[in-house]
Amino acid sequence: MELSEHIKTANVEDVTLRRPFHPALRGTLCVTSHHLLFSDRKDEDSWQLLILLRNIDATEKSVENLFGYPRAVGSSGTITIKCKDLLVLQLEIPGMEECLNIASSIEALSALESVTEMYPFFHRPSHLTLHGPWGLSSTEKYYKQTERLWDRWRVSTVNSDYSVCPSYPHAVIVPREVDDEKLVQSARFRQGGRFPVLSYCHHRNGMVIMRSSQPLTGANRKRCKEDELLLQAVIDGSVLGYIIDLRSTQQAQQARMTGGGFESKSCYSHWKRIHRHHERGKVLQESLIKLVEACSDPSHSVDRWLSKLENSKWLSHVHSALSTAGLVVECVERDGHSVLVHGSEGTDSTLVVSSLAQLILHPASRTLTGFLGLLERDWIQAGHPFQQRCAHSAYSHARLKQECPSFLLLLDCVWQVWRQFPLALEFSEALLLRLAQEVYASNYGTFLCNNEQERCAAGVKENTHCLFQSLLSPDIEEQYLNPLYEPTDLAIWPSVHPQSLQLWTGLFLRWTEYAQNMEEAREEVWSIVKKHRERAGPDRTNNTPSTHCDTLTPFENLMDELTIL
Amino acid sequence: MEHIRMPKVENVWLVDRSSSRRTQVGTLYLTATHTIFVGKGSENRNELWVLHSLVCNVVKHKASQSGYPLLIHCKNFQVIQFIIPQESDCHDVYISLSRLSRPEKYEELYCFSFNPNAEREHSWDFLDMKAEYSRMGLPNKQWHVTPINREYRVCDTYPSDLFVPKSVTLPVIVGSSKFRSRGRFPTLSYYCKENHATICRSSQPLSGFSARCLEDEQMLQAIMKSNPGSRFMYVVDTRPKLNAMANRAAGKGYENEDNYCNIKFQFIGIENIHVMRNSLQKLIEVSALRSPTMREFLLGLENSDWLRHIKSIMEAGIFISKAVAEEGVSVLVHCSDGWDRTAQVCSVASVLLDPYYRTLKGLMVLIEKDWVSFGHKFSHRCGHLDGEAKEVSPVIDQFLECVWQFMDQFPCSFEYNEKFLISIHNHVYSCNYGNFICNSQKERKELCIKEKTHSIWPHLWEDKLDFMNPLYKADQSQNQGLLRPSTAPFCFKYWRRLYNRFDRELHPRQSEMDCLMTIKEETQQLEEELDVYEQKLAVLGKERAKTLYMQKGLLDVKHQMLWSLPLDASLVNSPQDYIGGFIGAAPNVFTLQQGERESTELSLFGDKPKSDADNSDQESGVADFSSHSSGEESLPSEDSVKDPDSDETGPNRA
Repeated sequence: MELSEHIKTANVEDVTLRRPFHPALRGTLCVTSHHLLFSDRKDEDSWQLLILLRNIDATEKSVENLFGYPRAVGSSGTITIKCKDLLVLQLEIPGMEECLNIASSIEALSALESVTEMYPFFHRPSHLTLHGPWGLSSTEKYYKQTERLWDRWRVSTVNSDYSVCPSYPHAVIVPREVDDEKLVQSARFRQGGRFPVLSYCHHRNGMVIMRSSQPLTGANRKRCKEDELLLQAVIDGSVLGYIIDLRSTQQAQQARMTGGGFESKSCYSHWKRIHRHHERGKVLQESLIKLVEACSDPSHSVDRWLSKLENSKWLSHVHSALSTAGLVVECVERDGHSVLVHGSEGTDSTLVVSSLAQLILHPASRTLTGFLGLLERDWIQAGHPFQQRCAHSAYSHARLKQECPSFLLLLDCVWQVWRQFPLALEFSEALLLRLAQEVYASNYGTFLCNNEQERCAAGVKENTHCLFQSLLSPDIEEQYLNPLYEPTDLAIWPSVHPQSLQLWTGLFLRWTEYAQNMEEAREEVWSIVKKHRERAGPDRTNNTPSTHCDTLTPFENLMDELTIL
Repeated sequence: MEHIRMPKVENVWLVDRSSSRRTQVGTLYLTATHTIFVGKGSENRNELWVLHSLVCNVVKHKASQSGYPLLIHCKNFQVIQFIIPQESDCHDVYISLSRLSRPEKYEELYCFSFNPNAEREHSWDFLDMKAEYSRMGLPNKQWHVTPINREYRVCDTYPSDLFVPKSVTLPVIVGSSKFRSRGRFPTLSYYCKENHATICRSSQPLSGFSARCLEDEQMLQAIMKSNPGSRFMYVVDTRPKLNAMANRAAGKGYENEDNYCNIKFQFIGIENIHVMRNSLQKLIEVSALRSPTMREFLLGLENSDWLRHIKSIMEAGIFISKAVAEEGVSVLVHCSDGWDRTAQVCSVASVLLDPYYRTLKGLMVLIEKDWVSFGHKFSHRCGHLDGEAKEVSPVIDQFLECVWQFMDQFPCSFEYNEKFLISIHNHVYSCNYGNFICNSQKERKELCIKEKTHSIWPHLWEDKLDFMNPLYKADQSQNQGLLRPSTAPFCFKYWRRLYNRFDRELHPRQSEMDCLMTIKEETQQLEEELDVYEQKLAVLGKERAKTLYMQKGLLDVKHQMLWSLPLDASLVNSPQDYIGGFIGAAPNVFTLQQGERESTELSLFGDKPKSDADNSDQESGVADFSSHSSGEESLPSEDSVKDPDSDETGPNRA
């Protein structure tokens, strides 16, 4: 079925658009295969609103005279559009039939199942070509950059045809002494084939963060020699490694009943296991739904707000994610031990924890490029099933399938870190907000599909543009930079006390007055910094603490002027 | 001095409540004004000074292995725990401190012995209330100062100078004051130059169920008429309706709309001082929780009701500011006595209305006017002297918090930052300065506060660089000066910087604002230098013209000018200074701060980039992660987790 067949009414005149903090506007509404376009049709400085249909999470329609007078003159309908970026719009459409047609088009076109029908496959901005390089980082690049790895670790392409682990990338980093055959055996012993692979190697002491899925020990305590050898090889000569199991002890126990399990002390004698309970899946999604519901109802009293906030549990999830990441960092940086992180599938909370730990530990992952590279390796290539997880957001009435805001949780945690270390990250809150939006609906192919195998099959690299590269293009990069960035070589340990964690107002209250004032403050920060850069000259804006040489700049400039005189 | 039973105790432990590893041993001294702890260890002498007047209460705890714990709760939310080895010493310190922290006479307060190197009389001239009223545009055709209260005879809790409508005669004032609780008749608090609307304040009328007072009605009428632009005025009773009705039984109450011409009467519903005191107590308990869960914290915050009270005060202020600025209608505000809720609401409305009160000096003036001069009972509310515990209530605290909440919503609208508010809060309780001593202007005069103590304001003004908000935009013409805060529940935040002020590990480890301030200062410095150079260029240009005129060779000129620069420069405001001063000093300041920041980071996280891992401070902030969520021990070993497959008693078998 052609996409255009979903469109029964393409154009409606005299539509009234209402959105928060703006006066109502009248104009023309158009529906295309991928967009909803509203234009006020003024000759001069006409204003347009373009919404990706994919961004629409739910629509609610209320039509007058629904029964009885289908073509009554003067009848009209209202469609409320709730977007995945949490914006809520209202469209008043004259003519009931038009209204119903548009609503049904939106419903059908916003929920396309087939990847290749999605907009990134049609997005062709004039300034970009399709044949450029795709992506910023990869297993191989990371290996090349990390000299510490060269001695004891290698890049394995055992998964080059995605047969060993369908959700892993074609290349992974594993201990040099473990051959591919052992990897295959270990993969059979892990859920979804996700055998332990390297995620991060600490630049200061060479300790590593590994990630995997749960071992399939089952009720009768199966063992896998190769898996044990693999983990033994990870810690090599050192005495101890930590396994951070993202389930409670009890959950891990129960997992054995369904074929899963955990690494037992007797088989993995050099590994110490620590259990930390993390919510996943449906619970997390429902938490998001409750939170957004609480945020979008400003009428109730302060008290009810606090209990609703509490009841959503979202901040508790942020709290546990940050605490566990802190625990991992503690093992690696403080105690000098390697860590293996896994929950059950190893595709959600595992990734939250391992990437957060890197952000805290590794100065390079706090740069804009470094952070995007980290997301690319640890989320996209690592096989976080974006398509399943982000099919719907907080407003959808659809029955929950595999939705889960793990990625949003990560972004929230990163935001918390930024609040506590406002100078330590090179990127800004705007980047986090953009990512939070793009992950649900995007012009770019970056977040399409569930893993590298699917992306290859769909030809994502060949037929879509890469979000991360476009974020780095010089003309738009600046808005994603933190004007106050001052690199620090230290680990940035966040406080995880409830008193120190806040609701991410920039995201959850994005469309309120509150956020508008914050925007003003952000602009002011930039203007202060820019004024300084203007005065101080370009040499001083490299965020390096001033040196004598730098402070000479204005003086030297003046000397030049004098000589010209 | 006679109250100090034990001036010095050795081998006392100072417990750091966030991390037992930072506990230190040292000597405890009790002086007439301070409790002082001096940590042992020659390298970094660690001292802790606590003013007795800041001590809220002292509690002895049950003996532990290491000694006898003594807990000191301070009014600025600091909590200090000592462990004293001998029981008798502990008891002596306890008795002494309990007495020292509850002085019986004003003369015992610290401000009477505090003697900084500053001129005293001069310090009291720093703020001028007359100047403030003339800034508002008073006196004018409608309003003048009445001499009636010069001797505090009509109302002993009001200031001597009061603004009333010109049309009001002395008998009317006297009559009105007799009809108001404590004689606090309606008088002006804020005047809006642009539309002549005013905020007036008073106490409740003694109306009972039916009493009337002609003079009082005339008074209100005069206030209403002094604003020619409006046909009515609002009378705002800030109490909950029930409380106001209950007061009627005691011969007090509220204005009857039928008796007063053209008033619109409105209840706001701010709770009384006792409710607020209990609410703060609950809030403090929540803030003092050690590693609570998210649930405990949020529900605790909710159960304290604190933010709900803040919201009700803010809503009252918003109502009044809108009435004045948008409707151009005058407002009379009262509660019961008109010195607690009324002060809160008037000053909150003023901050919203007038950008001046969002500057450093403006806030000082506002507090001096609406709180100090109008007889907010600081001594009672802050518990400066040993007395009725029921009189203590965080009334001005709530005002400061409202301002903080506004600052959070409007980050560019305030000249000052939260440090300023916190400093004021601290000094309201510290009794370091005389401003917040006593309950009224009259009492302060009798005590000769101005002759015997110093004023806080010049002291704060000296440190104003610390209190500046780098994001402040002085031009607020876009909203005509009026702030319209949102009262959506999610706008009300927990003020961690105040209530967890001394829990360093809870706060951001880097400060955006400090960084911005440094940048701003540096920019300014650079601009000043640029000016100097431009002047110099002008001078040089002239010289060059002269030399050209004298037809010298160009090369010569160049040569000469290059040489003349340093010479010239040292004459005018000196690039020597610049080189020595700026290149030398400024970057040092910068690197110093950088250094400081790093060093705090180091001590906070014990995280040293290059040095060995055995730093004693190592463990500091980090143990938190593991001790959190699940209550397991730090870096739980499998013993504490219980390896599920280790033996037969795993949960699934039990």
